Amino acid sequence: MSFKLLKTNKQQVGKHLIGIAIFALLLIVVNFIPFDDYYRKIMNLSFIYVTLGLSLNLINGYTGLFSLGHYGFMAIGAYVVAVLTMSSESKEAIFMIVPCYDWLKNIQMHYLPALLLAGLVSALLGFLISLPVLRLNDDYLAIASMGFAEIILVLIRTQFRITNGALGLKGIPRIDSFWLYGGMALLMIIFMVLLTTSRRGAALEAIREDEIAASAVGINAFSHKVVSFTIGSFWAGVGGGLMATLIGTVNPMQFTFQLTFNILLIVVLGGMGHIWGTVVSAILVTSAMEIMRFLDEPMHFLFIHSDGLPGLRMVVLSALLMIYVIIRATNKKRKNKPALSKKKMEADHA
Amino acid sequence: MSFFIQHLINGLSLGSLYALIAIGYTMVYGILRLINFAHGDIFMLGAYLVYYGMLWTPLPWWLVFIVAALLTGLFGILLERFAYAPLRNEPRITVLISAIGASFLMENLAILLFGGRPRPFSVPALLDHSVKVGAISFNVIQIVIPVVTAILLAILSFIILKTKTGMAMRALSTDYEAASLMGININRIISMTFFIGSTLAAIGGILYSCRYPQLMPLMGMMPGIKCFIAAVIGGIGNLTGAVVGGLILGMSEILIVGLLPSLNDYRDGFAFVILILILIIKPTGLFGSNVKEKV
Repeated sequence: MSFKLLKTNKQQVGKHLIGIAIFALLLIVVNFIPFDDYYRKIMNLSFIYVTLGLSLNLINGYTGLFSLGHYGFMAIGAYVVAVLTMSSESKEAIFMIVPCYDWLKNIQMHYLPALLLAGLVSALLGFLISLPVLRLNDDYLAIASMGFAEIILVLIRTQFRITNGALGLKGIPRIDSFWLYGGMALLMIIFMVLLTTSRRGAALEAIREDEIAASAVGINAFSHKVVSFTIGSFWAGVGGGLMATLIGTVNPMQFTFQLTFNILLIVVLGGMGHIWGTVVSAILVTSAMEIMRFLDEPMHFLFIHSDGLPGLRMVVLSALLMIYVIIRATNKKRKNKPALSKKKMEADHA
Repeated sequence: MSFFIQHLINGLSLGSLYALIAIGYTMVYGILRLINFAHGDIFMLGAYLVYYGMLWTPLPWWLVFIVAALLTGLFGILLERFAYAPLRNEPRITVLISAIGASFLMENLAILLFGGRPRPFSVPALLDHSVKVGAISFNVIQIVIPVVTAILLAILSFIILKTKTGMAMRALSTDYEAASLMGININRIISMTFFIGSTLAAIGGILYSCRYPQLMPLMGMMPGIKCFIAAVIGGIGNLTGAVVGGLILGMSEILIVGLLPSLNDYRDGFAFVILILILIIKPTGLFGSNVKEKV
């Protein structure tokens, strides 16, 4: 860790520039390949997960705040984009139980300002939530942030005149463009590179490593944590909004703890506090999740026959995560042991 | 008055259920400093084992209940061995991730094995009577739940306060390292803790299914989270706290909905609001002791 901080900013940015260039090139290349709709959707989803993965990595990986509330912020973002971009006719058609507020009905805007607003609303909420929640640590923080996400969802489910309750919203103008989803991912990557190579990034990592020591050298830990949480919520809101424009519908059932789990999976597999690890694992995990859909379908492989096992995909995914975490831990133990005893022997001799 | 007593009975039965499950959380947390996310799914497993036990075996229902609870306890030991034991010296985030993974694995395995559709739970006739006393009406099970909880609590406090295993548990939760230096077999004590916690969760799950006779693979999620909140409200790591927290949560949920029916939609949000209030006002919970971090 220490040698990394000694490197100058320029060296670090240089290393990242290559990655950014590759990602941008990839974006341009995929634009020229005529993929069919299914693959386009998977790719766009991967890009969204890059954005979401990096935002959770900022909170969990870089700052060391174990927040599980991402799905709440995504829900906020998705709903903001949904209500702001839907036309007043489709709003009229969808709100069947109670009509939506009049002031809301006539608002319709382009998706870009809507996404920005989604991020801002979610950042504001993240800021407000972070003030009480970030006084807590570790597990308490995890549970409290999850509690707030659940409260957000309860509110979404009950504010019929804005969110249409459990029925959700349909007819959100869908946008199918690599530029939007990939561009947003690229923007997020550049943002993260700039943030993590700055002084603030170093401060965040210092807080993660040892909060007390960081405070002792004059870092205001609390305000840094609040800023990090707020920024993370901003991007979570944008990511949620992107999901709304990709899928075209939102309802409270989409936003479950499962979403946080997926993103957490991406962050853990990619490595906490690593930008490019998260990017690669976001793309791999999202594609894998889609590819593994075959597991839920009826199977006829050589002599194995099964008629559809819904749920097998998630079983495999969660088993993979656990096996990975456990194997990594046991490997580390094995690697550390001889070195430690050797050092100890030398110390004993001396 | 009868209205109030009615809600009191409802609240008491729900609260004691929460207390039973919260004990498992608090015991595991007290020793390992780990939120056992899979605890709610252990609760679900207990209920499903009873369902299949009654379906496939000719045993009387009470025997099925007991065997299912003990089997679930054994499952708790296995869970700890495979999912948590290899990570004992890892950062807490890693263990928490493994716990979340274990929870998802159990939920999805349940969907795979038991099917996603709700299954009807056949409540033994003895527990399924409606009793009317004056204007108050309740189900036998609503009285059975607090009674069973009280008996189990008595047994549990005996184990923890009077036996050697219990003493070792208390020692481990006070000072893990020092206790391990005193020759306490940590693995055995942790297994024991998981066994007790999971058995109690299974009993909770079985009683819950007698009260709300419908089984679903995800049925453990909400009660699991709420009971963790109950444990936090009481001060996690503290048994009395878990019981009191469970009762507070159950009572307030029933009373608020009973007194203000318009808030019914917000029902699942209460627990979280209470949790956040408690965490802000007294982060260690009602009975928790304040531990200062040493540098």
